[in-house]
Amino acid sequence: MSHDITHDGVADHHDHDHKPKGFVKRWLMTTNHKDIGTLYLIFAFAMFILGGAMAMIIRLELFQPGLQFVEPDFFNQMTTMHALIMVFGAVMPAFVGLANWMIPMMIGAPDMALPRMNNWSFWILPFAFALLSSTLFMEGGAPAGGWTMYPPLVLQGGHNVAYLVFAVHLMGISSIMGAINVIATIMNMRAPNVGYLNMPLFVWTWLITAFLLIAVMPVLAGAVTMLLTDRYFDTSFFNAAGGGDPVLFQHIFWFFGHPEVYIMILPAFGVVSEIIPTFARKPLFGYVSMVYATAAIAFLSFIVWAHHMFSVGMPLGAELYFMYATMMIAVPTGVKIFNWVATMWKGSMTFETPMLFSLAFVILFTIGGFSGVMMALAPVDLQYHDTYFIVAHFHYVLVTGAVFAIIAGVYYWIPKWSGHMYNERLGKIHFWWSTISVNVLFFPQHFLGLAGMPRRIPDYSTQFAEFNMWSSIGGFAFGLAQVFFIYIVWKTVRGGEKATGQVWEGAKGLEWTVPSPAPHHTFEDFGPVDLDKMAHGKTH
Amino acid sequence: MKKAQMKFMMLISGLLAATMASAEYGLNLRKGVTEYSEAAYGMHTFTLWICIVIGVIVFGAMIVSIFAHRKSKGVKAEQFSHSLKAEVVWTIIPILILVVIAIPATKALIKMENPTTDDGKPMKMDMTIKVTGYQWKWRYDYLDEGFGFLSTLAKESNLARQKGSGIDPSTVENYLLDVDKPLVLPANTNIRFLLTADDVIHAWWVPDFGWKRDAIPGYVNEAWTNIKTPGTYRGQCAELCGKDHGFMPIVVEVLSKEDYATWVAEQKGEQAEEAVLVETEWNKENLMARGEEVYNAQCAVCHQATGAGMPPAFPALAGSELVNGPAADQINLILNGKPGTAMQAFGNLLSETDIAAAITYTRNSFGNTAGDIVQPAEVKSMKQ
Repeated sequence: MSHDITHDGVADHHDHDHKPKGFVKRWLMTTNHKDIGTLYLIFAFAMFILGGAMAMIIRLELFQPGLQFVEPDFFNQMTTMHALIMVFGAVMPAFVGLANWMIPMMIGAPDMALPRMNNWSFWILPFAFALLSSTLFMEGGAPAGGWTMYPPLVLQGGHNVAYLVFAVHLMGISSIMGAINVIATIMNMRAPNVGYLNMPLFVWTWLITAFLLIAVMPVLAGAVTMLLTDRYFDTSFFNAAGGGDPVLFQHIFWFFGHPEVYIMILPAFGVVSEIIPTFARKPLFGYVSMVYATAAIAFLSFIVWAHHMFSVGMPLGAELYFMYATMMIAVPTGVKIFNWVATMWKGSMTFETPMLFSLAFVILFTIGGFSGVMMALAPVDLQYHDTYFIVAHFHYVLVTGAVFAIIAGVYYWIPKWSGHMYNERLGKIHFWWSTISVNVLFFPQHFLGLAGMPRRIPDYSTQFAEFNMWSSIGGFAFGLAQVFFIYIVWKTVRGGEKATGQVWEGAKGLEWTVPSPAPHHTFEDFGPVDLDKMAHGKTH
Repeated sequence: MKKAQMKFMMLISGLLAATMASAEYGLNLRKGVTEYSEAAYGMHTFTLWICIVIGVIVFGAMIVSIFAHRKSKGVKAEQFSHSLKAEVVWTIIPILILVVIAIPATKALIKMENPTTDDGKPMKMDMTIKVTGYQWKWRYDYLDEGFGFLSTLAKESNLARQKGSGIDPSTVENYLLDVDKPLVLPANTNIRFLLTADDVIHAWWVPDFGWKRDAIPGYVNEAWTNIKTPGTYRGQCAELCGKDHGFMPIVVEVLSKEDYATWVAEQKGEQAEEAVLVETEWNKENLMARGEEVYNAQCAVCHQATGAGMPPAFPALAGSELVNGPAADQINLILNGKPGTAMQAFGNLLSETDIAAAITYTRNSFGNTAGDIVQPAEVKSMKQ
């Protein structure tokens, strides 16, 4: 163990660990994976607040029947922008931020493989979202055709179409570069004795996610480029009057869109698979089957896209195929959930904030999975489709799924990032406040959908009034809880109890072998690491 | 600590209870009035219960673990980390459950897409309705009878839904779910629907019939139903179609076969009367009165009751060059629409009389000074 990973030597001089001086050099020109990770996380948080503010406008208008605050067209702009910002601006960059911070430290690499590209892939994003958000101030307003951008409707949007298309292009370039970087890092930069099946599950899920990104972001770019030429250069890809096909867009979009769903949830699986073993003080159950299940989900995600389109009028054979293929996804997803429960079983559990958010993730994501299985059934989906039942479903998997996992990850790793423990009492308040309010927000939406309320409407029949009011109250409370979260994070970064290198009693993984806060440079010697310290991989 | 977890458990069990109670309190999927909607309801209920049972088992194991296997009780963690047997079991059992669910789902889907009679022959359809989606109204054509009409949001709802209208929606009967002229159908009849759209994608959905189907420009989609019970059934457009997506409801009035035959005869009579009106010479006063009605029902949604429009998407008519220019240009635009925008080709949507009246109204209102009137006969001649 001459090249032990504990790096005590680093701790001795981490006060002068070569951080560049000055804002421009430190942040604009940074090639450091930790600083870029921080930038991604701050950006994602800012977008989360912006997208959340739009959600508040939506819930405010839906608080009671009748139009009180906004015109229908502005309402549609809000639903469209809320989704685009949350998907591309909040959830995806947040996971890239976690990947930047954690992947090199988890596999014993000094940095990401392509540090300058890393800088570029981050700094594209503020421009992409400035471009997208600027449409709010254009004549005619922001895109209002839904984040799915279905033609012909989206093409009625005036010149915001061009802004939308170029913003999506930029996001896609950023995502692809980020994904290439993740793959290159994991394949080439692992410490010499770290095999693929020693890697923590977070690294595994990100490796698979990165392949999904590279496969589908160009497809989205192609689809929106065709929108652009249909709008400005008189092509007729999707224009029936010119011999085109509006349904073609939906096929292309969902060929991207369904893997996209897993791009947002697989890294969440990874985060939770790190946290549960730590606080159960027990190795992750079924590590290898977790890896296989992740790969199986990723594969299936490519062959189920048209389950978003059961009502467009496909042939019977296609509908049956997409129904069966979609139902299959329940199997590997179930395996994951069973493995998490088996990890907790006969462990020695404690319930710090990251664990609480992870437990809520398992339960609430599963509820989202249940409604997912129900919607897979094509004959019943002809009822559920485009109702609030769907809205409830995807917010359960994305908010109490992806977002809860991100929050859990922030609480779990923030002592390592900042060197300070967060305030446990405030963390627990944040957890209960969020968990209760998010269920008041989204659970009634199941009932609204079943009772017949379509999604994306600014006003509704009076029979839906009561549940909408509950949902809005839950929404305001949940929004406020996240403002409270900013306060907790801010307080932790500024000060608080000093964190040890190990931070959590039951934590395993190379990231816990370096001091807290993690020095600017870690694992610089490219040497072998102590496999016994690896997170819950196969061999220990 | 412990209290917090109790609360969490109570919350989760409360959610489950709420799901189960939903069947009794009308929060559940509607059973509907067709064989198909009943099959969908049955499958929904069956799958929901399977999910609840799985949920109870999985969450139950978690909750037992959370309470029994905690450090504060002095439990020492065991270190087992895999079991091939367990992995195989919890892969196989879900597959079997899915097969059990897939069988009735397959049957129901075949029933919807390839309807057959009990002896396996393709089911004979008794009549055909063509449904066309427009921004933001529906048109229904009775293909076997040779007439059709537009169906738009009822006036009371339309007034109340305007921002700042000051009208309490709860005072409006069937707020947002009422139309000026409902689709009328006979009960116990195999009805084929052909669905298409003129501008953007819409979706026609009446929950009580058990399905929705997209109405797509350039496509003619097919669906069918057979409604068991006469009554009034309400639905909405289910595919985002622009600013007034939330305001294009569907109302279907289902009559007994006899009442339906009477209704069809009445419709044909009205159609004949309308044909006479087209040939009649109208005076300005009558045209303006009828024009105001048509304008407010069909045009005001975009161009506004004041003619101010909502530029740039919906141009103003007040002071418009086109409206103040030669009448023929305006008639041409109204008849043929403007592709790529929400301005539809109204030539096949409204009668010649309605078009002539609306044009006359716009040319003599909102401060416009064209001053002339347009006769239905002029519109008719330009249409041919």
